[in-house]
Amino acid sequence: MRRAGTYLGVLLVAAYCLAPLAWQLVTSLRPPAELTTLPPLLPTQLTFEHYAAVFAGHPFGRMLLNSFIVAGGATLIALAFGSAAAFALTKMRARGFGLILAIVLATSMFPPIATVSPLYLLINGLGLRDTLAALILTYASFALPLAVWVLTNFLRQLPDELYAAARVDGCTPRQALVRVILPLAGPGLAATGLLVFIVAWNEFLYALTFTATERSRTVPVGIALFPGLHEVPWGEIAAASLIVTLPVFVLVLLFQRRIVEGLTAGAVKG
Amino acid sequence: MAAIAFEEVSKRFGTVTVLDRLDLRIEEGEFFTFVGPSGCGKSTTLTLIAGLERPSAGTIRFDGQPVNHLAPRDRDVAMVFQSYALYPHMSVAENIGFPLKLRGTSGRDIETAVAEVAARLGIEALLARRPRELSGGQRQRVALGRALVRRPRVFLLDEPLSNLDARLRLEMRAELKRLHGEYGITTVYVTHDQEEAMALSDRVAVLNAGRIEQCGPPLDVYRDPANLFVAGFVGSPPINVLDARHFRGLAPPADVPASGVVVGLRPADVRVATEARPLALAGDVQLAEPTGDALWVVGRIDGQQIIGRGQLTDAPVPGTTAYFEYEPERLYLFERATGRRVP
Amino acid sequence: MSGALRRIGERPAAFLAPAALVLGVVTLFPIVYVLWLSVQHYSLIGDAPAFAGVGNFARLFADARFWNALGNTVYFTLVSVALEVVIGLAFALLLARPFVGRAPMRAVVLLPWAIPTVVAARMWEWMYNGDFGVINYLAGADTNWLGNPYWAIHAAIAMDVWKATPFVALLLLAGRLSIPAELYQAARLDGAGAWRLFRHITWPLLRPLLLIVLIFRTIDAFRVFDAIYVLTGGGPANTTETLSIYAYKVLFQTLEFGYGSALAVAVFVCIAAITAAYVWLLRGSAR
Repeated sequence: MRRAGTYLGVLLVAAYCLAPLAWQLVTSLRPPAELTTLPPLLPTQLTFEHYAAVFAGHPFGRMLLNSFIVAGGATLIALAFGSAAAFALTKMRARGFGLILAIVLATSMFPPIATVSPLYLLINGLGLRDTLAALILTYASFALPLAVWVLTNFLRQLPDELYAAARVDGCTPRQALVRVILPLAGPGLAATGLLVFIVAWNEFLYALTFTATERSRTVPVGIALFPGLHEVPWGEIAAASLIVTLPVFVLVLLFQRRIVEGLTAGAVKG
Repeated sequence: MAAIAFEEVSKRFGTVTVLDRLDLRIEEGEFFTFVGPSGCGKSTTLTLIAGLERPSAGTIRFDGQPVNHLAPRDRDVAMVFQSYALYPHMSVAENIGFPLKLRGTSGRDIETAVAEVAARLGIEALLARRPRELSGGQRQRVALGRALVRRPRVFLLDEPLSNLDARLRLEMRAELKRLHGEYGITTVYVTHDQEEAMALSDRVAVLNAGRIEQCGPPLDVYRDPANLFVAGFVGSPPINVLDARHFRGLAPPADVPASGVVVGLRPADVRVATEARPLALAGDVQLAEPTGDALWVVGRIDGQQIIGRGQLTDAPVPGTTAYFEYEPERLYLFERATGRRVP
Repeated sequence: MSGALRRIGERPAAFLAPAALVLGVVTLFPIVYVLWLSVQHYSLIGDAPAFAGVGNFARLFADARFWNALGNTVYFTLVSVALEVVIGLAFALLLARPFVGRAPMRAVVLLPWAIPTVVAARMWEWMYNGDFGVINYLAGADTNWLGNPYWAIHAAIAMDVWKATPFVALLLLAGRLSIPAELYQAARLDGAGAWRLFRHITWPLLRPLLLIVLIFRTIDAFRVFDAIYVLTGGGPANTTETLSIYAYKVLFQTLEFGYGSALAVAVFVCIAAITAAYVWLLRGSAR
C-alpha cells in the first residue's frame, strides 16, 4: 500500500514538473489551424513547420550562437577567476578569509535591477553597447560569487598536504594550482561550470537592456520580444522555447547529480 | 647534501608559540630525528626546513647560507608526508618523475631516473598504476621514490611510517636505513615514536612544547636523560618514577632534601622475583603481561606504579606480593619541582 | 596578521585580483554609482545630472505607484515563497522515500528550475490564454487569467511556484537524505509514529537548511522581473507591477535615470533588510 502510494506520489510530482513542457511540445507540433481549436487536445497530425519557421523567419540561429558564446565565455571566466580566488582562500592563508567570503556572498544578493542602470551608462560610455563582451563580463561578475563559494567548498576538501607536496616538488603556487589542484577539482569545476552556464543561458534583464540588435541579442530576449505581425505566433514561440530548453535539458539529464551537488554545496554549507 | 643550522629560530602562529628559539646544527649526511609528543613543534620544524613556512624570528642556514626567504623549489629539499600526498591523477611513474619534470629535465632522462629509483625501491612493476590501486606500503615506496629521484640536498620525512601496520613498519624502517646508507643524503626525520627514533637515527632531539629538552646520539639520550621528561619519553615501557623514601641508603646531594627528589628506574633494569631479595622493593602485583620474549610485571608500591621484567617461567600471580630488584647504579635522580636531573 | 604567517613565495593577492577586479568593476562600483545616481536629477534625454539631494526619495515616498508596486512585490513574495516551501517540503519528503529511479526523477525535478524563466513564462502565458488556453479548456472556464486584475497576480504566482518549487524540493531532499537513518530506526524502536518522526527528527534537523532556502527564495522572489515582464508587463492596471518592473519602466521607458535609480536603491535596501533579518534569525537558531 505504502509503496504504491509512493509511486503514485512520484508520478504526480513528475506530472507537475513536466506537464507545461509537454503542452509546449504538443503546441509546437500542432498544425497552425489547430492552434486555435480545443478540442482536440492532441493534434490530428504532427508538423515541424513551426520549427522551420523559427529558423527561416528570424535570426534565431544567430541568437542561439550569441547565447552559447555569452554563456560559455562567462562560464570560462567565472571558472578561471573563481578557482584562482578559491585557491588563494583555501590553500594560501589569504588575509581576512571570512571577510572576503562574506563580501563575495553579499554581492550575490544584489538585485540586478540595482546595478542595471549604472552598468548601462558604463557600457555605453565604453562603447560596448550591443556587444557580446558586455554581456560576458556582466554575467561573469554575476556568476563569480557563486563560483567562488562553490569552489571554495570543493577545494577545502582537498588535503593541504597535496599542495605542500607540490610546492616541495618544485611548483610555484601557480603551477601547483594548474598541475595538481585543478586536475583534482574536476567534479567541483564541473558542478560550478554547469550552474554558471545555466544561470547565464537563462539571464534576461541585463540581456534585454544591453542589447539592441540581433548582433548581440540572446535567445531569452528573442523569445520575450518574439515578433508577431497580427497575432502572437504561438506555434513558433513553442518551437523556439523547446529549442532553447534543449541544451539545458541535455545538461540536466547528463549531470543532474553534479548540478544538485553544486546547488547544495552552494546552500547547505553556508 | 647540506648541513642545516638553526639560529634562534622561533615560529609563532598568532599568539601561540610553536617553536621557541631553536638552536641546532644538523651535520651533512646525518640521519637526524625530532621526536616528541604531538603538538611539540616537530612537524613545524620540518615545514621550516622545507620552506613551506617562514620562521617568525631567527635564521635557518644550509651550508652557511641563509635560506629564510627561499621558496621550497629553490631549496632543493624533498619531503615525504605522513599521508604520502601522492598525486591521485598521476600514475606512479608520473608521480616519481614530477619533480624532475618541473625542473625541465628531458623526457628520456626522467624515464631513466624513474626506472633507477623504482629498481632500488622494488616498485618497477607498479609504474603504470594509479596511487589508489596501491597498498599502504607501496604508496610509501612511491612517496620515497618521488623524494629520492632528484637526489635532493636534504631529505625530510614527516611521520612516514605511522600509517603502516606493525610488520610493514619494521620492514620500511630497515629500508629507510639502507637508503640513507646508499644515498648519504642529510635526512631529517620526525616521529612521535621514540623506538623508531632510537633505531634509525645518528642523533635525536627530544622536543617538548617548542623547546629541545635534549639532543644527542640515541643511546646517550637513553642512558643519560637530562630530565624527567626525556627519561619518561625515551624507553618502553616508560620509566618508573618513585618517591626517594622507598630506597634505603640513597644519598641525594647535600643541598637537596630527600623529599625534593624523585627516583627514575627503567623497567628493563628492574628484575622481578617472587621471593625477597636484599635490594628489592616489595609491591602488590597488579598485572603480568607477557610480550613473547619478555614478561612485564606491573605492581604498586604505596600507590605508585612500578614495572619490572619478570621471568616467563616464574610469573607472579596478581594479588600476591612480588619483589622488584634494582641495581643502585641504575637509578636516576630528578628534582621533583623542575624535573631536572640531579647528578 | 603578520607577514610571517604568509608562506614563502605566495602572493594570495595576485590570485584574488582577477575576481576582485571583475566584481569591483561590474558589481561593487555600479552599487556606488547607483547610489550617486539616486540623488541626482538625471534624465537620459534631458540635461546633465544635477544634485537632487533627497528629492528623488521624497518623490518616492509620495508616489502611490511605488507603494502599489511595493505592496504587489510583498504579496507576490509572501504567497509564492510560502507555497514553494510547503509544496517543496512535501515533494522532498515524498522523494526521500525509497523508490526505483531516483536519478532520472532528480533530472525531471531539476527541469523547471533549469529552463529559462522567459521560456517558462511564455509557456504559461499560452496555457493561460483566455481563448485557446488549455487551462480554461480543462477547467471548463472562460477566464481571462492574465487580463483580470484579480487573477493576474495569482497567475504570476502560480507560474513562479511551478518554477521554483523544484529548487526548494531538491535542496530539502539533499538535507533530508543527509539525516542518518539510524536516528529514524532508533526513534521507531522507541515507538514513534510518522508524525512524531517528522516533528522530533526531520523538522528540527531540516530547520537550519529550510531557513537558508527561505533566504534564497525570498530574495529571488522579491527581485522578480523576467516572469512578470513576459506574462503581464505589470498590467492589468498595474496590479502585477512589482518594484523591479516599475524601476525598469522608469529607467528604460521614461529614461529618468535619477528617479529610476532611487527606485532601484529602494529594492536594494529592502533586500539588504530581508537578508539582515534572516541572518539574525539564522544566528538565533544556530545557538
